[in-house]
Amino acid sequence: MTAALAAPPSGSGTVEDDPVPVRRKRSRAGRTMHGGRLAYALLILAVLVSAFPFYWTIVAASRSNADLAKVPPSLLPGPNLMRNVEAVMEEADIGKALLNSLIVSGSITVGTVLCCTLAGFAFAKLRFRGRGALLAVTVGTMMIPPQLGVIPLFMLIAKLEWVNQLQSVILPGLVSAFGVFFMRQFLVQALPDELIEAARVDGASSARIFWSVVVPIARPGMAVLGLLTFMAAWNDFFWPIVALSSQNPTVQVALRQLGGGYVHDQSVIMAGTLLGTLPVLLVFGLLGRQIVGGIMQGAVKG
Amino acid sequence: MTLTAPAGKAVAAARPSSARRAWRTVSPYAYLAPFFTLFAAFGLFPLLYTAFVSLYRVELQTPGDMEWRGLGNYAAVFTDDYFWLSLRNTFTIGVISTVPQLVMALGLAHLLNYRLRGRTFFRTAMLLPYATSVAAATLVFAQLFGRDFGLINYVLGLVGFGPVDWQTGTVASQIAVSTIVIWRWTGYNALIYLAGMQSIPSELYEAAEMDGASRWRQFIHVTLPGLRPTIVFTTVVSTIGATQLFGEPLLFEGSISGGISHQYQTLGLYMYEQGWGFFHLGRAAAIAWVMFLLILVLVGVNALIARRRSRKEASR
Repeated sequence: MTAALAAPPSGSGTVEDDPVPVRRKRSRAGRTMHGGRLAYALLILAVLVSAFPFYWTIVAASRSNADLAKVPPSLLPGPNLMRNVEAVMEEADIGKALLNSLIVSGSITVGTVLCCTLAGFAFAKLRFRGRGALLAVTVGTMMIPPQLGVIPLFMLIAKLEWVNQLQSVILPGLVSAFGVFFMRQFLVQALPDELIEAARVDGASSARIFWSVVVPIARPGMAVLGLLTFMAAWNDFFWPIVALSSQNPTVQVALRQLGGGYVHDQSVIMAGTLLGTLPVLLVFGLLGRQIVGGIMQGAVKG
Repeated sequence: MTLTAPAGKAVAAARPSSARRAWRTVSPYAYLAPFFTLFAAFGLFPLLYTAFVSLYRVELQTPGDMEWRGLGNYAAVFTDDYFWLSLRNTFTIGVISTVPQLVMALGLAHLLNYRLRGRTFFRTAMLLPYATSVAAATLVFAQLFGRDFGLINYVLGLVGFGPVDWQTGTVASQIAVSTIVIWRWTGYNALIYLAGMQSIPSELYEAAEMDGASRWRQFIHVTLPGLRPTIVFTTVVSTIGATQLFGEPLLFEGSISGGISHQYQTLGLYMYEQGWGFFHLGRAAAIAWVMFLLILVLVGVNALIARRRSRKEASR
């Protein structure tokens, strides 16, 4: 709030009303305005709020339970990380959970991207009867939370004797109406009709057109959809805790077990949280830009 | 499809070119088949079948046995005080979490829309909470909101406030649960708004500028109307998310009753408690169906308000 001296913050819209207007060139349009000091200060504050829980996870995971009960609390990481990691490996089998989550999220990502690219291509570029109706059904269910179907779904996998097996999470995870819509929107713009026509004239088969014409062009969209799908699958919560148990957990199932009240050592719980979050953070650290781009893209098109 | 396929096959032997033409009419369905097979089995069927199951008595241990109950499950739900409590909690937590979230997201998007140094960094950092799982975020916040040793109460104590009992107090616990939602989704919504702001044509701002409109008036008269579809979209998505809120109240204290006196139990958690705590799958299905209708009504109300507002705008 010290920046208030330079620019009275009487509302976010007036931040740029500089008291010395001569000094600053008035910009032409909203999007080209330069950020003032207050804008930076607020944004940095927002970044700190976003990041602090992560920092705190590291702090708490590397201390002992007794440290966490101290007043004033210690705000720097301690020496106990390895001990807590070992403890959580024993109590919640995080190792197996990480492997399971990798298998589940990996399969869901590959399968979803493939199914959605196929269907998205058909909706974008092919003519067939019932196209409008099928697309409407797909888009219409996009907004319906899958959580509402868990009871029949559970009865189904119980009948198939899939409870506690990974395919019970993988197969329902492949259904992504959003993905179909996303790939359709991507291909409508990115894939010129002439290209398909040319390939047809050359006598290429449908499968061939798909693999050597559609897929290369769809690749950027597929990558973004893959990233979003992987994160969503890794973080999915309701269905995995219904379909799986602590004997064969994904990371989220293991975390639910850790938070279920049987483990009382907070630093051990935080070590589990840290281990379960690291893989997504890694993906995010490497490809955060693409994820940001994907979400903003999806917003404009969706 | 059933008409053209056999016809195509019959001619295929005689002339390959018409076989290809026939394949062209059929092949779109081949592209759609993988998705729609899965969609029918694991997406559409469960949703519709929920209504059917809700009319039966089904136990968790023997999900194959169904016994007709008519509207009995609904009667049981509607006469349960905890249903009405969780409905009310879902509503209050929904408001406490959605309204500040979207308002702050709008503000952040406005800031992110400035020409900034390090804008990729800011955008990515805002999205960091979105990448965290509900479970991980809730466990960390449950720690931070600890009554005796939580960091939040410590900081409040420094300014001479509290300690607040974030677990037992109705309002306090609902604020705590909402905080987790706000933390996870504000940055995401800010980016959605930012995308919307960037698609507003800059000529509109130039025209407003020429008319001598201040920055604030530009925000009110150019940015907000331009963002209307985006705002409606985020409101709908957040409303749906709030209606089925589940992970945060479940893991805040790890109890399926949503606190010692159900003070922050949501409908999603109530459904889970009935189904997987008390083994009444049929009753849980009734609750799921009620939630579905609730979502339809809320989305309808949203759409109605949006349409009315834009009509008002147009007639002005």
